[in-house]
Amino acid sequence: MHSLAPYADWAYLVAAILFILALKGLSSPLSAVAGNRYGMAGMALSIIMTLAVAPNPNFALIVVAIAAGAVVGIWRARTVPMTQMPETVAMMHSLVGLAAVLIALAAVHHTGVHHDGVHRFELFVGCFIGGITFTASVVAWGKLSGKLAAKPLKGAWVKPVQIVLATAMFGFGAHYFITETLQSFWIMTALSLVLGYFLIAPIGGGDMPVVVSMLNSYSGWAAAGIGFTLNNSVLIIAGSLVGSSGAILSYIMCKAMNRSLLNVIFGGGMGGETAVAASGDGEQKAYKSGSADDAAFLMSNADSVVIVPGYGLAVSRAQHALQEFAEALAHKGVTVRYAIHPVAGRMPGHMNVLLAEAEVPYEQVLEMEEINSDFSNTDVVLVIGANDVVNPAAQRDKASPIYGMPILEAHKARTVIVVKRSMSAGYAGLDNDLFYMDKTMMVFGDAKKVVEDMLKATQH
Amino acid sequence: MTTETLNQAATAAVQAAQQAVTHADSMPFVTIFTIFILAIFVGYHVVWNVTPALHTPLMAVTNAISGIIVVGALLQTVTVGGETISLTSVLGAVAVFLASVNIFGGFAVTERMLDMFKKKKK
Repeated sequence: MHSLAPYADWAYLVAAILFILALKGLSSPLSAVAGNRYGMAGMALSIIMTLAVAPNPNFALIVVAIAAGAVVGIWRARTVPMTQMPETVAMMHSLVGLAAVLIALAAVHHTGVHHDGVHRFELFVGCFIGGITFTASVVAWGKLSGKLAAKPLKGAWVKPVQIVLATAMFGFGAHYFITETLQSFWIMTALSLVLGYFLIAPIGGGDMPVVVSMLNSYSGWAAAGIGFTLNNSVLIIAGSLVGSSGAILSYIMCKAMNRSLLNVIFGGGMGGETAVAASGDGEQKAYKSGSADDAAFLMSNADSVVIVPGYGLAVSRAQHALQEFAEALAHKGVTVRYAIHPVAGRMPGHMNVLLAEAEVPYEQVLEMEEINSDFSNTDVVLVIGANDVVNPAAQRDKASPIYGMPILEAHKARTVIVVKRSMSAGYAGLDNDLFYMDKTMMVFGDAKKVVEDMLKATQH
Repeated sequence: MTTETLNQAATAAVQAAQQAVTHADSMPFVTIFTIFILAIFVGYHVVWNVTPALHTPLMAVTNAISGIIVVGALLQTVTVGGETISLTSVLGAVAVFLASVNIFGGFAVTERMLDMFKKKKK
């Protein structure tokens, strides 16, 4: 078997290139499917080559483990509703983290191998990144799926606890590094698990898009860390690709929310006191409201309509009804397009997937930069289940906590229709001037009910 | 040339061969660190080119790719000192299972999502 060893690195090189092609394919939906296949091929090649060169692999255990993993993974992939993608992804990050921990523990207990200094260092780094990723992802999964309270864990004691845990973790890691004491390695692992919990518990449910992206990054670094331990090039390359991908997504999410990564991790909730102060003027502002029929009439007679969907749309499962309504409008000669804000869903690109699932054509779905200059030429903007992402205060009001956040410039359209449950404030706790403009009509009600009513009115 | 030196040379050759087999151990730290840094650069440039509409599939596929950690798990699921079942091999096997869930689940769910983006081209 060992005769294949010299070829292993060549195979890993091919696999690494296939992984890069997998990510490259995602630059367009047309090339993405092929890219995904490249990814699969790279993975298969890596596994086969590793089995070919591994010293005395236990094939029985390996086959059972892979088969069981395949059954569970494919079952989950086929059945998960698209609205639950964020928590599913968080769950998958936790698996990578746990796997990294187990590998590190297995390696530490491998009686046949002595680990020199560099290896011990890499082992403990790989292990604690994995440990943090594991419990942090479980907390993120809990918050996203509603199994844990989305409310952030608050208190002056949280930060000192984090610092003590992190210090102790590094301390025991260093102790293992110097003395090779296995007990220290286990204690360090346990501390990393507790630390993972305390890192994410203080972050609110609304910030989970950033957290999920961040953990995506961590899971990659955990893989790369294990790659350093095993001196394995494909682990390092694949891990780094994933790590940088997650980091970029975190950056994009933060920018779209007008926050810094440090602010999300250490800053707790958004707005808070400022928001209360801003809405404290107590003045009742006038707004216009109308029925679903009125809204449908306005849009049927428009030349162009831009739909701004927010997460409220997905919550009430109105995507399919909305797609039918858009199609009905298109039948009447109305140009319909969708405008997506980067934080419209609960993870990067989530809203695009939800619309794709509802069979909204890809060409009709535009990103913020693509559509913003078109709003001034648009007859009607239909805002459904979105609030802060269309709040003009982000551009006009320097005192607003969301000032500077990029928004969809819905207020520039000739007419604005907002579908909303009530006049209550959005996630940031802010009032929205868009709702009080002369050209704005509020339609109150559940998004799905309103869209269905609009559809009926159009079909008459 | 004495038999002794020949023997020494043979031992050295065997050791070199063994090192080549566990080739991993012969790679200097700076080499793998170079690979690491360059891979980050490649990742950075490739990911910025991903269309924002496909960011969720990107996360799903990177999830599958981080399942590459299975390679590390496989290398632990081995017979240690004649024991087929040891703490090492059992921990390794559980890690193989976890990573496999990621690999199969990640690629399958990515495929499912990409199908949705394709289907609408009616």
